[in-house]
Amino acid sequence: MKNLVTVVMALLMGFTLAFANGGPSGYEVGDKAEDFKLKNIDGKMVSLSDFKEAKGFIVIFTCNHCPYAKLYEDRIIELNNKYAPKGYPVIAINPNDPEVQPEDSFDKMQMRAKEKGFTFPYLFDDGQTVYPKFGATRTPHVYLLDKSLTVRYIGAIDDSPQDADAVQVKYVENAINAISKGKNPEPAETKAIGCSIKYKRS
Amino acid sequence: MVKLLFSLTLAGLVFTTAFTQKEKDFRTYDFEGLEQRFRNGNDTLYVVNFWATWCKPCVEELPYLEAFHEKYKSDKVKVLLVSLDFKKHVDSKLIPFLEKHKLKAEVVHLDDPKAHIWIDLVDPSWSGAIPATIARKGKNENFHEGSFPDMKSIEAFVNVLL
Repeated sequence: MKNLVTVVMALLMGFTLAFANGGPSGYEVGDKAEDFKLKNIDGKMVSLSDFKEAKGFIVIFTCNHCPYAKLYEDRIIELNNKYAPKGYPVIAINPNDPEVQPEDSFDKMQMRAKEKGFTFPYLFDDGQTVYPKFGATRTPHVYLLDKSLTVRYIGAIDDSPQDADAVQVKYVENAINAISKGKNPEPAETKAIGCSIKYKRS
Repeated sequence: MVKLLFSLTLAGLVFTTAFTQKEKDFRTYDFEGLEQRFRNGNDTLYVVNFWATWCKPCVEELPYLEAFHEKYKSDKVKVLLVSLDFKKHVDSKLIPFLEKHKLKAEVVHLDDPKAHIWIDLVDPSWSGAIPATIARKGKNENFHEGSFPDMKSIEAFVNVLL
């Protein structure tokens, strides 16, 4: 009887854990992100630890096909051009399963990066192991990390996706400026409309 | 001469109005206007779906929302399909899509750049990814982020409110 209770308890715990891991949860502001190793469009593997001089990272889950991601392509290039020299490179990651969204295949990533002249790594989350750890749900979805890989800001790049000229608040730039002065970004989280990350239904 | 010009202008106006009405038979709202359509204190069951013509999973679930609308249209049930297509794509993408698919449920267009504010007003648990659907009856609401795989799952989704 005691054994049975133990087994049931263990099963229940396993069930709870499975649900906890399977949910849409991920990093929150203040959590420390795990480093990863993903293939870049040039075929080389990239990890955050490769950037010895970095003071932080602008990790952006983005992709080829999503109209919201496209709206932000030029602004992402600008972010990297402005902040990589200051120690905050853009690390773009395509989280989508190309079998669900063929526009987001590795080949098409290479083509798009070439067309647009991406100046930053554009990594492929092959096997979709990285985006669930972050808890990314849409493209584009930004996670600003500091040198210790602590998440300092999560959300949108700015407050005007459809019209770059109408931007009033540059969330990511403000957040970088805050952490480089030793302050906490305000707001530390924002929301925006975006394309859902594409994965196969189980 | 002035009279002629006036007549021409008037004719032009009438023509333009008639033309526009034919082209676009849905309303455009900001979030406040949209919210009044479904958070208005009456006892209708509202199913408000956020979609866009460019969103593949959204377009894939439209037939289920249409089927749901058809099945319950004689009841106090209102399906609102809220397009988030970009303003600049209304003429080139949204209108042609609607002309092609002839949706039976009411389509409205949401044009409100303050998504960073209204996403939370729809539901605090919404990340902003589409599709997303909110159901409301009276003061009770249920929210779902992601697409529905069939009409039954929409029925199950609203049933918790009934």
